[in-house]
Amino acid sequence: MAEFGNPEVIEEEVDILLIGGGMGACGAAYELGPWLEAAKAQGHDISVKLVDKAAMDRSGAVAQGLSSINTYLGESDPADYARMVSNDLMGITRDDLVYDLGRHVDDSVHLFEEWGLPIWKRPGDEGKSLKDGGQPVRSGKWQIMINGESYKWIVAEAAKKALGMDRIQERVFIVKLINDKNDPTRIAGAVGFSTRDHKLFIYKFKACLLVAGGCANIFRPRSVGEGTGRAWYPVWNAGSTYAMAAEAGAELTMMESRFVPVRFKDGYGPVGAWFLLFKAKATNAFGEVYMDTNKELLNDYPPYGQAAVPASCLHNHLMMKEMHEGRGPIYMDTPTALANLAETMTSKEIRQMEAEAWEDFLDMCIGQAGVWAGENIEPEKQPSELMPTEPYLLGSHSGCCGIWVSGPDDVGAPDAWNWGYRSMTTIKGLFTAADGVGASGHKFSSGSHAEGRLAAKAMVKYVMDNKDVAPELDTTVDELVEDIYRPVRTYLEHKDYTTAIDVNPHYITPRMLQFRLQKIMDEYCAGVATMYQTNENMLKVCEEKLGMLKEDALKMRAKDLHELLRAWENYHRVLTAEAHMKHIQFREETRYPGFYYRMDKNFVDEENWKCFVNSTYDKKTQTWNVFKVEHVDIVDKSKLFK
Amino acid sequence: MPTFVRTDKCDGCKGQDKTACMYICPHDLMKLDKDGCETGHAMRAFNQEPEQCWECYSCVKICPQQAIECRAYADIVPMGGSVQPLRGTDSIVWTIKFRNGNLKRFKFPIRTTAEGSIDPYADKAAADLSKIGNSGYFTTNFEPQKSGDPSKLIRK
Ligand SMILES: Cc1cc2nc3c(=O)[nH]c(=O)nc-3n(C[C@H](O)[C@H](O)[C@H](O)COP(=O)(O)OP(=O)(O)OC[C@H]3O[C@@H](n4cnc5c(N)ncnc54)[C@H](O)[C@@H]3O)c2cc1C
Ligand code: SF4
Ligand code: SF4
Repeated sequence: MAEFGNPEVIEEEVDILLIGGGMGACGAAYELGPWLEAAKAQGHDISVKLVDKAAMDRSGAVAQGLSSINTYLGESDPADYARMVSNDLMGITRDDLVYDLGRHVDDSVHLFEEWGLPIWKRPGDEGKSLKDGGQPVRSGKWQIMINGESYKWIVAEAAKKALGMDRIQERVFIVKLINDKNDPTRIAGAVGFSTRDHKLFIYKFKACLLVAGGCANIFRPRSVGEGTGRAWYPVWNAGSTYAMAAEAGAELTMMESRFVPVRFKDGYGPVGAWFLLFKAKATNAFGEVYMDTNKELLNDYPPYGQAAVPASCLHNHLMMKEMHEGRGPIYMDTPTALANLAETMTSKEIRQMEAEAWEDFLDMCIGQAGVWAGENIEPEKQPSELMPTEPYLLGSHSGCCGIWVSGPDDVGAPDAWNWGYRSMTTIKGLFTAADGVGASGHKFSSGSHAEGRLAAKAMVKYVMDNKDVAPELDTTVDELVEDIYRPVRTYLEHKDYTTAIDVNPHYITPRMLQFRLQKIMDEYCAGVATMYQTNENMLKVCEEKLGMLKEDALKMRAKDLHELLRAWENYHRVLTAEAHMKHIQFREETRYPGFYYRMDKNFVDEENWKCFVNSTYDKKTQTWNVFKVEHVDIVDKSKLFK
Repeated sequence: MPTFVRTDKCDGCKGQDKTACMYICPHDLMKLDKDGCETGHAMRAFNQEPEQCWECYSCVKICPQQAIECRAYADIVPMGGSVQPLRGTDSIVWTIKFRNGNLKRFKFPIRTTAEGSIDPYADKAAADLSKIGNSGYFTTNFEPQKSGDPSKLIRK
């Protein structure tokens, strides 16, 4: 009988494994259906499985819902989209991937509407679908407003029906990918465990889509008591995508890229609707609009500072000057914005506005409503504080870290940027999408879904082209079980050595390991403790401390399945953090002022660093190889700059 | 704003195999205390790691007994406020109580189709394997949804 510490081992062979159940995975699940049917009609039965560590209805970043779809092109040309994304990410993105996404993404949005997602329409177009030319309410050039409480629920319903529940397994956490025995540059399997039963799963496959989201909780959050859970980014995305890809030998890109959102303080509620829809301004404590008063700082960062819309990080940069020079707190001036709107609106329209402002929180960051309720905040009467959060790593929002993938071959990209299958990493058979794809941010929910679909189709092609390849695992089942259940064994072996279960010289709890990671990253790798500053010397210390942490990660304990989950999440976090640190160390400039500062190289160096930084990890020697890759524009960027 | 479970309302999902809150929590936080050894309340659920709660409200919205509520993070928010939803099939109603007793109530639509009614491939074309190498999806006739202005691709 399976019991704690002695799991039942289940081996399964499929053609395609999808790891994750978020927006990317749901897109893949949807696109797969008809292609599998078509393959079957030709006598090729392709088997598929999707595993998610949570329940697809609410897993991933869209769990609470969203109040806008941030990527819908409508009338815009994909080239304009690629240009905007490039500028927001300080010039270093893969135009081929971004352009490709831009020309595909709207179809996913049309599907969401067809499935039942309420999308706001301009007066006169109510009831007319986007597909039929209905004009959306835009909160910005690329964003459209939705009633999105059930966004994930709806997208998951379609995905679950498309695949069928017999091909889906929830509450399985994937820990590691396994390379092929005969070809280390090929992927052959994955290993994970159930967080509900004492079962360990070993999957063997030809192709795999790794879409387990980005990474939160590698930096010390601003709140360290109960409020630890209130990160802007969902605390459950633990860098699994980046860590597992790295260990499998896949090339990562732009792991120095991070996102430090400026949000309403403590609740981290969204500011987009306030800025874009209500035209509110951010000010210092004296009511001065720092985007105006500090405008000249933008000149320090040519050419990006000269763009009509400065990059997100530069917005932060201008704000941080106010904080450094003691003119905080920083506020969102909600009363002025609402008063301005009231001048041209009826009281009914104003009530409607107020409801929309609250809906922005309730649809995607309910905690912020809780903060306002607890602090008696009435936005028409008093401004609300803004604060930059701790850093997060992600590839689909306003950051672009991730994995280096093969792009489309019909948009003029260098040959080296595509090697046959869209979204395949440098490891054969290993695909990714959404937060997993590096150097192409600003995909958001819709783009993540769209990109999952592109990858799904490419995987079907790959599987058909590789009919005769039989995957063989390079690690034995016994070794895998030994490895995955080590935290459990460590616990069982040593738990009676001391009277206090959490204090024991033979092991470290996942919780304390996480605290240690967060402390190291916060203090040495440009977290909030140093106001996002670091330098070569601090990074050296960071590297040494992370090295010892990585060793100690093997001594984590797990007293139950829940803690086993936490142990492996934190293992993924440590590797992701190490990649981040290594890339910041390698890039001898400050590419993202406002997100982080290399104080010893506090400038943007276009001559030497207008390039991608890529890396590979060698899991045998546990070392990183970091290197430059040439950057090429496939869309003209000169238009951006004054 | 970690969740808490009211002892007077939770019925342990009537002893079913998996409780609704355990099923849904994206962070594996909700746990059923079968014999009461962890909380002193047998057959009631609890949040096993309140400081890891993202306050996503997934469990609050799904609990059939409305037994789950949130208490704002004690280390951040003054006491006394509350935010509570009631999620129906096509809309959600929110009641926000301020610390000073003020109340606000909002109702928002959540979907335009009946739950469970999605027919993902209705009226959609079949996939054509001969076009699997093309850009585009089976829903867009194996071409990109938008062709884009080719003159804007400067290396083509
Ligand atoms: C706070 C926030 C606000 C946002 N606001 C907007 C917005 O307003 N508009 C918009 O369009 N987009 C928005 N986005 C962006 C959007 O949510 C993401 O782009 C999108 O969800 C990314 O999709 P994904 O599939 O990469 O990751 P996710 O959707 O996060 O999915 C990750 C999946 O992986 C699973 N998983 C993780 N690790 C493992 C593992 N080891 N094994 C198995 N499964 C695992 C998770 O359970 C989950 O199912 C927002 C994102 C955040 C974080
Ligand atoms: S869903 Fe509600 S009733 Fe069911 S176990 Fe959880 S708290 Fe109790
Ligand atoms: S609010 Fe969300 S994170 Fe917190 S316990 Fe409920 S489902 Fe889990």
